[in-house]
Amino acid sequence: MGREVSESCVDSLLIEMVSTYADRFYASKPELAARRIESIGYQVGHQLSERYTMDRPRFGDHLEAIKFICKDFWSEIFKKQIDNLKTNHRGTFVLQDNRFRWLSHISVDPSPDSSGPSGASQDASEASVENKAAQAASMHLYFPCGIIRGALTNLGISCAVSADISNLPACSFVIRIKV
Amino acid sequence: MPAVAPRSGDAIFASAERVNAELFTLTYGAIVRQLITDLEEVDEVNKQLDQMGYNIGVRLIDEFLAKSNVSRCVDFKETAEVIAKVGFKMFLGVTATVTNWDAEGTTCSLVLEDNPLVDFVELPDTCQGLHYCNVLNGVVRGALEMVSMKTEVTWIRDMLRGDDAYELQVKLLKQIPEEYPYKDDE
Repeated sequence: MGREVSESCVDSLLIEMVSTYADRFYASKPELAARRIESIGYQVGHQLSERYTMDRPRFGDHLEAIKFICKDFWSEIFKKQIDNLKTNHRGTFVLQDNRFRWLSHISVDPSPDSSGPSGASQDASEASVENKAAQAASMHLYFPCGIIRGALTNLGISCAVSADISNLPACSFVIRIKV
Repeated sequence: MPAVAPRSGDAIFASAERVNAELFTLTYGAIVRQLITDLEEVDEVNKQLDQMGYNIGVRLIDEFLAKSNVSRCVDFKETAEVIAKVGFKMFLGVTATVTNWDAEGTTCSLVLEDNPLVDFVELPDTCQGLHYCNVLNGVVRGALEMVSMKTEVTWIRDMLRGDDAYELQVKLLKQIPEEYPYKDDE
């Protein structure tokens, strides 16, 4: 067993990293914040997959590499495997984690902002709060998406990764392999 | 009689949810690298790392107080010991040593010989002046501010710069008296 730190170290570092980029540096440019956060994840995934595959033979095909991400790689990071893997056999893979750890720790506070509008515009304000909440949650997903993309790129597979949280607390990562 | 503060964070760390330190170390490293790319100025990177640490400290103090059962420390000396032995241990899994007290008992050093933040880190020459671990600085300052102690935290020794340990000097600037009762939200 290697060295460990408390989970709160990683959680608070991630929360702070996202807030630094999304709320402080690029508050008005969410696409830029997203790109930076994804890029930090990419570096981490690239390095981790380098370390975790050091003593392994090369993967024969894409599916083998994806299975490695679902099992070994995910277990190293989250102490559990991906719960469900689907593919259309044409380069798209959907990895579902039924209870994605990094989302269960982020409670998106739905209480209305005290400075926000109230009364007659309540509906509008609720909608915008929900919208904001969705945007905040999605900011936190660029990091794990980046990790998966970095890990696969290190295995020689270039791809695009996105996340779907319409089924919380489950989270699905959609990997589209570039041909 | 208030509960006596634990002298070690071993038990708390052992029972905490823990993760692979590699993930933590590499994530921190990737953040530092990205900040260097985005901000270019090393001083600005130091400042941002400190700010991030401060925000983290402000949040972590609640978890610290809840899990450690530490009630009120009688003085700054005891506070420093608790940070070193309980605080560092329960989050990072390592303990610090408290040393170099000044005569007034308001300045001391936290010395870390083992620091998970720097595993696999080597600084290139272009990063002269970077306080790689500056986040720790901010965490200590932020957490202490939440328990009414205003401090100044500076690096004295840094192994990434060739020193034999990490030494953080913590200087107590002032202790803000707490106000009771807390005001209800109005």
